[in-house]
Formats: sequence, structure tokens, C-alpha cells
Amino acid sequence: MKGDADATARRHPLTGSGLLKFVGLTPFAVYVLLFLAIPTVLAVTTGFFDAEGGFTLANISGLFESVVLNAFLSSFGVSAVSAVIGSIVGALVCYALLGTSPDGPLRSVISSGSSVLAQFGGVMLAFTFIAFIGSQGLLTVFLANTFGIDIFANGPWLYQVPGLLLPYVYFQVPLMIITFMPALEGLKSQWAEANATLGGTRFTYWARIAAPVLAPSFFGSLLLLFANAFSSYATAAALISQGSFIVPLQIRAALISETVLGRENMAGALALGMIVVMVIVMWGYSVLQSRTSRWQR
Amino acid sequence: MSRGTSNAVRIGTEPSKLARWIILGIVGLAFMLPLVAMLEFTFREGFAGEHTLSHWTTLFSPESTRTYRSLITGVTNSFLLAAVTVGIVLVILLPTMILVQLQFPKLRRVLEFICIIPITVPAIVLVVGLAPVYAIVVRVFGGSIWTLAFAYGITVLPYAYRAIQSNLDAVDVITLSEAARSLGARWGSVLARVLLPNLRRGILAASFISVAVVLGEFTIASLLNRVNLQTAVLQISQSDPFVAVICALLALAFAFILLLIIGRVGQPRRIKKARRNRSDS
Repeated sequence: MKGDADATARRHPLTGSGLLKFVGLTPFAVYVLLFLAIPTVLAVTTGFFDAEGGFTLANISGLFESVVLNAFLSSFGVSAVSAVIGSIVGALVCYALLGTSPDGPLRSVISSGSSVLAQFGGVMLAFTFIAFIGSQGLLTVFLANTFGIDIFANGPWLYQVPGLLLPYVYFQVPLMIITFMPALEGLKSQWAEANATLGGTRFTYWARIAAPVLAPSFFGSLLLLFANAFSSYATAAALISQGSFIVPLQIRAALISETVLGRENMAGALALGMIVVMVIVMWGYSVLQSRTSRWQR
Repeated sequence: MSRGTSNAVRIGTEPSKLARWIILGIVGLAFMLPLVAMLEFTFREGFAGEHTLSHWTTLFSPESTRTYRSLITGVTNSFLLAAVTVGIVLVILLPTMILVQLQFPKLRRVLEFICIIPITVPAIVLVVGLAPVYAIVVRVFGGSIWTLAFAYGITVLPYAYRAIQSNLDAVDVITLSEAARSLGARWGSVLARVLLPNLRRGILAASFISVAVVLGEFTIASLLNRVNLQTAVLQISQSDPFVAVICALLALAFAFILLLIIGRVGQPRRIKKARRNRSDS
């Protein structure tokens, strides 16, 4: 297929000269260079320089100070827990949607709603949860008036790391629905028929056929959810105005005051740390994804 | 049709009706409650139990234009940024994708890889490197808000790419353009009268998703000290939490409608797919 395209392109030179074709690629190349490549390189290398432009490893060693390590641990914790809950609940919803019409109103509403919460949420979700379980939130007031339960008896946890879990799950489940639904729909009914013909049960179908086929896709989505929570900033920034409990908030503090650990350019080192984690997670995701696409053909 | 469904349930590929509605009911309720709480919050009279319409009426009253000036600036800025970002997608990304599809089949994987990078390099990391870049951008273009769209064009890259590419994959652009060329069409008319009409769906979907992403963007604007919808709403929440929640609710509703339209735009392709699946089974 690719070879064909090559050959036809050579036989019928669609544009004028070969050089002219390459000129057409330059706007995009220049744009990506200026606003993606250069910022990325700057972000991960500034950590190696001090304020005067001299080379230093002080910022990198700052990554191993307990404050920063704790932020990384909190980030890992929130991301892992919200990804696990999000992927299980999301997969259940996908299962429940099997057999509904892909063009029906139920699916359109769920998929649009999922996109909104997964991609648009950010700051808005912080307000959602302040109105829901904030100190004057609907649920908080209801629990206090009806059962006399004070959910903030152990301190204002909504504005600390545990408070991030609920809003994060709130955007992780929709992301799981978006990413996992195609894999679940890729299951072929012939496999279930073959299973039934050979005397298998519903359980053998899901355990011996569907589970192995879906596993790479499920764990791939799990990694994507982890990466999504790990790199998410807006919800946390809107909810937590004081303190830097997770890595993105550490970057905020470093950018605004430039005094994290009393070091200049600490934001660069933190960015490098985040990129390392993101590259590893996304590499795992792409490996699992390539195993998935084999079944979806 | 209903017989086919029960068969699918019996052999285990689909959940039973009861199981489906139990799962969707519980999860749906859990997801609706916070939104209901938001709506209830906007009718609160102070923090006591009474309810009032006053927060909604003040927001839409004529005097509010002065009180919520920053909010209006934020909304206008966000829409301007959305327009410029869509412009970047249409003028820079779209022609490149068509060119690569037609002339550089070997570069397709490279282009895909580049367009996916912004997922691995999240906004909070990118902004660290964007700060020095924008020091230069401000010197060249001045400090007006629209320059932020350069960064947003990168943020929307994965979404816009996916929307346009799925359309490109479904249309045989090479054959189409060769047919048009062999009938004597110039390149301009091949593009305007053959390729763009065929890519209408992908272009529309890419534009809508770009608008949604830009309207929802907070990280870069906030850390580069620019005002957009999201930063303005966060700022207002410190003085008037009710109005902030109203704005959040309206923004979520607007994005929902926008994405519902995307779903409709992308539908004919899905109908075709569904038909293929049906004939398979």
C-alpha cells in the first residue's frame, strides 16, 4: 500500500519540483520547533543551570530532598489510586454500554459528557466539589444536619492531597470510558459463539477469551489514566491555593516565587523529573497499545 | 433485532438489561450528584438554608458589566484565543497533513509522533520552557493576548490531528487528487473543490475540539499571567463564589453542547461502521 503510493507519486509528479514540496513542510516544522521543541528542551535543561548561567547539579540533587520526594510520592499515590478506581469503574460502564446503539442518544450523551469531564474539567471541577463536599457543600450540610456527621472532623482534607482523589476519579472514569470503549467493542461475537458452541459458559468466555484479549488495552488505558492524573494541574491549583503537595504544584511554587529549597531554576529540575516519569509511562502505554491493535484489525 | 440482543445476552457478550441499568444507574447518580450540588449552590441565599434567584439575576443584569469586568475580559480573550488557535490548526496543521498524505507517505509516522508529543509533555512542563520563549514573543509581537494561541496550537495538536487523520484515512485522497489532476484541475481547485469538501467532517471536528480545549485551558494562561475564561473564574471565586459556580456550570454546559455537536458531525462514519459490524455478525 505504501509502496503503491510511493510509485504513483513518482509517476505523476503532483506538484512542480521536488524542492517545492519540502518548502510546504516548513511552516509546520518551524512552528513545532519554536513552540514545542524549544520549550521542551528549555524546560528539561534549565534545571542544570544556576541563575548566572553556570552549570550546576544542585537543582537535580534538590529532587532528592524530602520535600520534593514527598511531592513525587503524593503525586504517584493520587495518580495510582485514581487510575485504578477510574479504570475499574470506567470499564464497568463500558461493559454496561455493550449492546446499546452506538448512535443512540444514550451513547451520544455519555460520550459527550465524558469528553467534557475528561478534557474540559480542570478548574470547573474544583468548584463542582467545593459545592458538593466543601465546608458548605450540599453533601456536607446534608450529612451534618441529618446524621450529625462532620466530614471535616479530621481537618480540611478537601484542600489537601486526599481531597484531590474524588475530583480526579471524577475525570478519570470518563477518560477510561473514552479510551476503553473501542477495545470492548472490538470483541468479536464469533468468539462468544464459538465458546458457546464448544460448551463454554459466560464465565469461560470472559475469563479465558475476553480477559486475555482485553488485558493489554485495559492496562494501557490504566497507564494513560495514571499519566493523565500525574500531569494534571488545573484542578489541584484551583482547589489548593496554599501549599505544594504534588509535583505540578511544586512547579507552580518554583515558577512564581523561584524559592523552592532556596534554589534558582528548580522548576527546570522538577519538569525534568516529571518528563522522565511521563516518558516511561507513555512508553509502556504505546507498547501495550501496539499489542492491542493486533486484535482490533 | 430484539431476538439478536437476547441471543447476545445468552452467550454472554452483552450485559442483561438489569445489569446494564444497575451499573449505569449507580455510576450516573454518582456523577450527577456533584453537578446537582453545583446547581443548588447557585440558588443559595448566603450560607443559610434559604434559596434565591439573585445570583443569576445579578450576573445577567446591566450593572454586572462593571462588577464582573475581568470575567468579560476572560470570556472575550478565550473566544479570541479559540479563533486564533483554530486558525493555526487550519493554516499550519491541515495543509501539512494533506501534503504528507499526498507526497510524503514515509513521513506519516513522523508527523503522528510529533502530534502525539504534547500528551507526553504536559502543559505544566511545557510552561516552564514557554516562559523564556514568550519573553521573546512579547518583544516581537507585543504583549496582546492572542499570542498565547501559539502555545495553544501545540496543546490542541493531538486532538486536532486525530480528528483530521481519521477523516484522511477514510477518504482516498491520492486517487481523488489524481483523478482531478488528470481531468485538468489546477492544484488550487483540487484543494478547494475536491479535498476540502471531502475533509469537511474532520476539519469541523478538529475545530470544535480545539475550541473546547482552548476554552478549558488554565495551566499556561495562569502561569504566564494571562487572563482567560478559566483564570478569570478562579479569580472571581475569591470574591463571589456563587458567580464563579454559575460560570463553571455554564462553561460545562457549553462544552457539553459543543461536544454533542462533534458527535453528530462524526456520525455518518460511525453509521457506516455499525452497518459493517452488523453484516459481520
